[in-house]
Amino acid sequence: MTPTRVKFYQTGSFAVGNRLLPADLRAVQSDPTRTNSLTSGHRACQGCGEALAARYVLDAAMRASKGRLVTVNATGCLEVFSTPYPETSWRVPWLHSLFGNAPAVASGVAAALKAQSRTDIRVLGQGGDGGTVDIGFGALSGMFERGDDVLYVCYDNQGYMNTGVQRSGATPPAARTSTTQAVGPEPGNVFGQGKSAPLIAMAHEIPYVATATIADLRDLEYKVERAMALHGARYLHVLVPCPLGWGSTAGQTVAIARLATQSGIFPVFEAEDGVLTASTPIRRHVPVEEYLRLQARFRHLFEPERRADVIDRIQAAADHNIERFHLLSGEG
Amino acid sequence: MRSQIEGSRAVAETVARCRPQVVCAYPISPQTHIVEALSALVKSGRLAPCEFVNVESEFAAMSVAIGASAAGARAYTATASQGLLYMAEALYNASGLGLPIVMTVANRAIGAPINIWNDHSDAMSQRDCGWIQLYAEDNQAAADLHVLAFRLAEELSTPVMVCMDGFVLTHAVESVELPGATEVDRYLPRFQPRQLLDPDDPVTIGAMVGPEAFTEVRYLAHATQLAALARIATLATEFRATFGRPVAGLVSPYRCTDADTVVIALGSVLGTLKDTVDEMRVDGVPLGVLGLTAFRPFPAAAIAGAIGDAKRIVVLERAFAPGVGGIVTADLAAALPVAGRTVHTVVAGLGGRPVTRASLRDALTAAAAGTLGPLTFLDLDERLLRHTAKEAMA
Repeated sequence: MTPTRVKFYQTGSFAVGNRLLPADLRAVQSDPTRTNSLTSGHRACQGCGEALAARYVLDAAMRASKGRLVTVNATGCLEVFSTPYPETSWRVPWLHSLFGNAPAVASGVAAALKAQSRTDIRVLGQGGDGGTVDIGFGALSGMFERGDDVLYVCYDNQGYMNTGVQRSGATPPAARTSTTQAVGPEPGNVFGQGKSAPLIAMAHEIPYVATATIADLRDLEYKVERAMALHGARYLHVLVPCPLGWGSTAGQTVAIARLATQSGIFPVFEAEDGVLTASTPIRRHVPVEEYLRLQARFRHLFEPERRADVIDRIQAAADHNIERFHLLSGEG
Repeated sequence: MRSQIEGSRAVAETVARCRPQVVCAYPISPQTHIVEALSALVKSGRLAPCEFVNVESEFAAMSVAIGASAAGARAYTATASQGLLYMAEALYNASGLGLPIVMTVANRAIGAPINIWNDHSDAMSQRDCGWIQLYAEDNQAAADLHVLAFRLAEELSTPVMVCMDGFVLTHAVESVELPGATEVDRYLPRFQPRQLLDPDDPVTIGAMVGPEAFTEVRYLAHATQLAALARIATLATEFRATFGRPVAGLVSPYRCTDADTVVIALGSVLGTLKDTVDEMRVDGVPLGVLGLTAFRPFPAAAIAGAIGDAKRIVVLERAFAPGVGGIVTADLAAALPVAGRTVHTVVAGLGGRPVTRASLRDALTAAAAGTLGPLTFLDLDERLLRHTAKEAMA
């Protein structure tokens, strides 16, 4: 499709640094002729991490596919805020079917394109953590094991934010949601529950699994490009803080994502064919407390008194990630 | 060319001649033989270019079909019973998005208690999901209706299910004349999707629609169904011209013109019914049979025309709405002026119980004599009921 010139305020904070680089090394977002796949005027909350991630993911995928991309979207915030009839923010072919079937719908699109010899067109599925790790998980696993030629991107804001901040299988321990209230002797979400969708994706031995956050957007673009260079079922899991659900200010969305990686609570890594191939080392290691303190969903860990016992358990989980994914070894 | 062929195989061969591009399936009895045959046809390369997708559930089967259809492929799947219920959410979605998917439903009861045998509970539970529903009387109809279904679906951009009785038809070997490949190509043009996921012309499909336009969307869905009434009749006529044999369109009347009592039914029970009526006609009982091929849209005008002045209507139901009564009966009452007519509901053949000529004869004799009640469960085993009641009290 025809590229549009992008308004300056949309080009992103690191566009300026890109001026020093040769054109072919610059970020997708620094390119004024990029697709602008998720265009301005949509109805996401101020400071929405998902909207930011989706724009970067789609534009990078559009560049990697030379504009030959079709997207399938699960029900969720992204779908609701981008397509209130008769408006749409999408400048790419976009299909929304249901909450729990986006991976299967994407598989269907891929099968149709193959049958029609339109294999120049690539397929990208996307959904939130509820649509991906909970209600759509069977479909996701089916797509993985069949090796369907789809890149599936999960924007993980760790809960059902669109329906009013309920717990999902990606909600972290101790976090307050509207169905894991901060009451009782063990306030917030229970320890020992939840799942790691990226690790389960790796167990399918698919060509590519990666995690990313909106704190390192160049890394996010790189991972989309890497995923698009491969074929078969690929999975990208992006941490996207949610000011509404996490109880943070809109201006801190990116900072919180950065603290998630710097504390080790959200490991950033890549895996190919089920084997870990790279992890992003922590440059400035911080205790998880710095990450937790900025979010009202963890306020009960600090007020009325500091719950050192609970914070220690979360710190232990972060330390375990650091060891498991070699986040402080410098060998990433 | 006629061949002795199993119903499932006849359907698979016919679907193959309709050149589907994506076939996806999750196995469930009694649908399995259809998708087994299609998987072999695809794997052999005979259907190329066609993709067969082995999915992990019926919900995924319908979802793959949705994606495939939106991407411009002719998409087909088949299911039954619990499988149809498991895809219920996606059924509404496919019709809401206007995707011309064709699906075979090998009609089977719904549990609990689990029961794999034939009745119409599955398809009728989805009567309001916006799909067109066509019911086959025999395996010839089952095969032929699939060709008509693809044409109808794609012309109206709406999904169609072809319902055929599980086991009774799917597993029965009958003499069937398979639709010829050349004739199918003549009858069924290439799929031209109304909307397409295409990078050269990006569209948003499946936007959120609020109170300001939702009623209009539903109104248009109704308009599509009403448009199908006219199209089905026309396409049936055209089918006859192309293939040289008739296919039942909306309804199929049998000895109705001078009938006092008309029995309305769907599916394979029509054969037994016609035999029974023939027998009773010899004894001078003026009976007729009206088979409904189309259940959605409901062919009210065609029914009214066919039953004429018949004083009595017996609706033979292969499914049942507990707490209400007959499902087809309710539609009939809503669609037709019933003043001056007596309408009886006879619930028969649930969970695969055979519907015999002897039992039908008893019920229809009572109907003609004016002694049949408004609601009858054919062959209800009173002894079993008493036994169950006694156990419940013990």
